Amino acid sequence: MWKWIQKWGSPKWFYQMSWNWSLTLGVISALLMTVGIIWGLGFAPQDYQQGNSFRIIYIHVPSAIVAEACYMMMASLGAISIIWKLKMASMVLKSIAPIGAIFSLIALITGAVWGKPTWGAWWVWDARITSMLILMFLYLGVIALYHVMENEQSADKSAAVLTIIGVVNIPIIKYSVNWWNTLHQPATFKLTEKPAMPAEMWIPLVLMIFGVYAFFLAQMFIRSRSEILIRERKASWVKEEISRMTGA
Amino acid sequence: MSAIMLMLRREMLLAYRRKIDLINPLLFFMMVVTLFPLGVTPDLEKLSMLAPGIIWVAALLSTLLSLDMMFRNDYDDGSLEQILLSAKSVEGLVLAKIIAHWMVTGLPLTLMSPMLGMMLSLPQRAMIALMASLAVGTLALSMLGAVGAALTVGLRKGGLLLALLVMPLFIPVLIFGASSVAGAAQAIEFWAQIAYIGAIALGAASFVPWLTGVALRISVNN
Repeated sequence: MWKWIQKWGSPKWFYQMSWNWSLTLGVISALLMTVGIIWGLGFAPQDYQQGNSFRIIYIHVPSAIVAEACYMMMASLGAISIIWKLKMASMVLKSIAPIGAIFSLIALITGAVWGKPTWGAWWVWDARITSMLILMFLYLGVIALYHVMENEQSADKSAAVLTIIGVVNIPIIKYSVNWWNTLHQPATFKLTEKPAMPAEMWIPLVLMIFGVYAFFLAQMFIRSRSEILIRERKASWVKEEISRMTGA
Repeated sequence: MSAIMLMLRREMLLAYRRKIDLINPLLFFMMVVTLFPLGVTPDLEKLSMLAPGIIWVAALLSTLLSLDMMFRNDYDDGSLEQILLSAKSVEGLVLAKIIAHWMVTGLPLTLMSPMLGMMLSLPQRAMIALMASLAVGTLALSMLGAVGAALTVGLRKGGLLLALLVMPLFIPVLIFGASSVAGAAQAIEFWAQIAYIGAIALGAASFVPWLTGVALRISVNN
């Protein structure tokens, strides 16, 4: 067990293994997303109430799910880096913060585009939209912290503390905002129930969700790899790697 | 326990000696409230509808403004390092500092709020809800804000960053606080919301001192 953790904590091992992982995940995500988007946008049946405008669900729901999952992952990495002081955890945490922020932005923009024909307004102060906006603020806070802190180590630890207090607050924020106002349609999928929509509609959505997840993980590995190269630039294996890449 | 009491006494004494730090958040609170009739409408009927939100947002902002001072002076003169090095539990001392912060900002705000409520023609029956929600709510804000204050104390221009970091965390308190006052203004039961704020404050008390201690060590070692 301890050996396994140590292996994951080693930047060199992570760097060497992650190329294949990111490649595999990238190919999987390209396949899933191509099939899902063509099926969803071109062939899935129309919604009987919302017509064609519902099709934005195939981008909106996956990015909203990944935006939320990304914060949970950041908080777990933050806890790992505070408790076990693994270097790798803070590097991955730093790499995924901007990805999460972008996905929450995508969820908000596609939500606005969807809201215009459905509710007649680009923006409504509805509970789930507002929680997503607050989630984006939490991401931007973490990113701002990295930009302000000059010392790398204290930036890492501070971001870990911030994500932990954020994740404790997320359920409270979600609950309070729900209590405050609810207009949004309820969650599209619940694990415990059969989906209410026909199979031709939800299968492409599931494909898209897994595709976007795979895309997120592939991006995570790619960004972590460059973070490793920047931080470990004084290590001899990184110097060799760089001279190999530049052909010098 | 005596260490915590000593810390509280020290903080009170310091606050009493620097009266301007005590008064500034209150002035800010009053001025923000004054901006709303000027910016929105002087119509008392509309103002009485907006009053719970205005007062709560102003209280939140003025707590936010005072958070920066929670650890700043101790950081500058080095007593923060002594606190972290002391044999007593850092968490207890941090808790004492948070309570002291509430006593010099949240409590005066609460005591002043009925006056502002009257100026905005908030109905009389909402005053108890206003004071109760602000009393508990500003304590919750001081708790949640302490982590942000500890993270940014080592930065020279940490004030704005501090606001960005903690404002999303303040949102639940604002929602429950303002809605309890608005409910009371319409003669609806309002203690449930205040109980929620109390739960947030107590929940925060369980982990905030620890996280603040971690954050203070980061800032001091920086």
